[in-house]
Amino acid sequence: MATVAQLKQGQKGIIKHFVEYRIPIKLLEMGCLPGNSVELLHIAPLSDPLYLNVNGSHIAIRKHIAEKIEIELVAPESL
Amino acid sequence: MSRTINVALIGNPNTGKTSVFNQLTGLKQKVGNYPGITVEKKVGLCKLSEGKKARILDLPGTYSLNTTSLDESVVVELLLNKNSSDYPDVAVVISDVENLKRNLLLFTQIKDLKIPTILVINMSDRMSRKGISLDIERLNQKLQTKIALVSTRKNKGIERIKTLIANYKDLPVAPNIDISSIDRPYFEALTKAFPEEDTYKLWLVITQDVNFMPIEKQRIADAGSFSTKSAEQLKKLQHKETVIRYQFINAVLKETYKVDLNSAVGLRATLDKILTHRILGYLIFFFILLIIFQAIFEWSSYPSDWIDAQFAATAEWIKATLPPGVLTDLLAEGIITGIGGIAIFVPQIAFLFFFISLLEESGYMSRVVFLMDKLMRPFGLSGKSVVPLISGTACAIPAVMATRTIESWKERLITILVVPFTTCSARLPVYLILIALVIPEGSFLGLGYQALTLMLLYILGFAMAIASATVLNKILNIKSRSFFMIEMPAYRLPLFKNVFYTVLEKTKSFVFGAGKIILAIAVVLWFLGSNGISEKFKNADSIVTQRIEKEGLNNYSKNYINNRMAAVDLPKDSLVIVKQELTKKAVQQEIASYKLEHSFIGYAGKAIEPIVKPLGYDWKIGIAVLTSFAAREVFVSTLATIYSVGSDEEETIKNRMAAELDDSGKKPLFNLASGISLMLFYAFAMQCMSTLAIVKRETNSWKWPMVQLGFMSVFAYLVALVAFQTLN
Repeated sequence: MATVAQLKQGQKGIIKHFVEYRIPIKLLEMGCLPGNSVELLHIAPLSDPLYLNVNGSHIAIRKHIAEKIEIELVAPESL
Repeated sequence: MSRTINVALIGNPNTGKTSVFNQLTGLKQKVGNYPGITVEKKVGLCKLSEGKKARILDLPGTYSLNTTSLDESVVVELLLNKNSSDYPDVAVVISDVENLKRNLLLFTQIKDLKIPTILVINMSDRMSRKGISLDIERLNQKLQTKIALVSTRKNKGIERIKTLIANYKDLPVAPNIDISSIDRPYFEALTKAFPEEDTYKLWLVITQDVNFMPIEKQRIADAGSFSTKSAEQLKKLQHKETVIRYQFINAVLKETYKVDLNSAVGLRATLDKILTHRILGYLIFFFILLIIFQAIFEWSSYPSDWIDAQFAATAEWIKATLPPGVLTDLLAEGIITGIGGIAIFVPQIAFLFFFISLLEESGYMSRVVFLMDKLMRPFGLSGKSVVPLISGTACAIPAVMATRTIESWKERLITILVVPFTTCSARLPVYLILIALVIPEGSFLGLGYQALTLMLLYILGFAMAIASATVLNKILNIKSRSFFMIEMPAYRLPLFKNVFYTVLEKTKSFVFGAGKIILAIAVVLWFLGSNGISEKFKNADSIVTQRIEKEGLNNYSKNYINNRMAAVDLPKDSLVIVKQELTKKAVQQEIASYKLEHSFIGYAGKAIEPIVKPLGYDWKIGIAVLTSFAAREVFVSTLATIYSVGSDEEETIKNRMAAELDDSGKKPLFNLASGISLMLFYAFAMQCMSTLAIVKRETNSWKWPMVQLGFMSVFAYLVALVAFQTLN
């Protein structure tokens, strides 16, 4: 399954599942929960961290955490 | 008269909580610390209608009651401790209309504590631009609260908050969510074991690691009448709690909160594209840094010079007006000069915090963190270390405190340990006077040697910080999972009022914090320098007079007289009178310096002279270096006290230092070799008691400040030694 780390700039997905349970609770509190949408807004120079819009919250996280969040890609035409 | 109402302001970061606090309290605020910890405690008073008054406590910003930092623990501790004098009668939760969904998570947690709660929806001026519409009436009902729609920018809605606070008794206290729904059997057992306690409070006590909790925690573990859960299971339950809260919030907002994306316009995308661009982003950041440094070193020199002149004039005035004597000397030479030494820093500190608060308020700082994170990581630092490192150029104390936002303990510890290498403003007066003394005035490619030296010293500070971070990253064996996360807030025009308050508050705390130390040292030094018990000290007058009769004036005095004579342009007969006066002065100076040599401080200085001699310093500089371990900025004022200048208005401290000769009596004491050696020593040594104290508090052990003190000072000594021995 794809993860947030594999999103391309401007691409969206729906959060499905976390690879491990030790996802920081802070991230959940920002709205990073299964069923919510996530969009990759920018990638920092040197390709890390990632700047996301998760369920309306704008946050940046490092790639290794993004790899733990599995998503289902949303095709652009379905938006 | 009614009792003062205790109000707690709670909210996520970036919701304008501080603006609301400033609008409610104006200048009637006090900043202190929570007992035993360095978390800032801001309290203000607010007048309400009908003669009622409110005491408003601005709690640290937090995303939820699940704590991960000291700042956040303060919030939870306060809300769980009904016996605290700060326990709120009413909680005011501040939210931002654009992030209402996320902000409501914290709101529902506060509500579940059954504290009367007001919801402030701030930034309402942005609603039309963002295409947001709200059904306030239904939202009131669904959330069981009363809402104030506020725009701190447009000064709207503040009166409504005051009215709601005054009538806080009318607020519903029903919880939003039934916490036991996340695991019925577990919570039933919990309620059975503690029938008198509130379930949600118990849940917080179990899951949150806050100060006074260990005892209570033990009590819960001991009760044993219900199955305890492992840390892993508790974590799962916390996840479930978050999911349930969001389900509730989504259901509420579905009916009451509408966003019409077609009418939304935003700068975010455009500005982000430029400010986080792979090349432009760094160029802009570099340019902003340049402006900040320009302000600190160029623009601030005008007010600094003015302040300096005022204090010098005051000291002169006191000496001229008050009857001569011990107390007048103490006042003019010790206290006023000491306070003046702190006051010159005020413009620099104010400029620095002005820029930092502009960058924070506008939302730009988060973009810097985003840009810099990957670059900083190889050194064991985080993007969030950038702000402390920049703040460190003003003062290491706020810089160490600013590391709290760094989630990973290892990255945070490394940042704390290396921050004191950055060139803080206390080093500046030392550098400035030494550069003026030992670096020639010429220029290279249009840049003055003196300015270049200063720049090199700043670069050296940063380089040393980065280099030691790399080493620490290798040798520190700390396992910590770094959950780096930073909110990227919307861009906003900074509010003048907020910037003004920040600058005022930070400057005040610097002046009073550093001021106490400098004053104390000035007084102690003055005492030790003007008292002694040896026979030589007591009979200084006759000993020196006899010696001068036999051997004549010493080299320093001869130079002094010759230089002065060369400077005056008068007919011959009046030159004789000038010479007589100068000779009299020179004799007095020789007596004073003989006295000093045999005072308490003189003996102390002589004792350490063998240690500082290889670095090119005499015992007087040794004393100045030693007292600088309390705070670097006392270097200049210590030398001023030791040389007891100020008795002669033309004799500035700089001229006095320039005239000082070394042992051979031929070369100036402050020459290129000893000057560079001193500057390097100040660049690397850990000479600041306040920083050590802050590091102790932030790392909760004496180990780290002692490591800093030991490593930095030994390193400084070695570098200064090599520099002097090579250059001399």
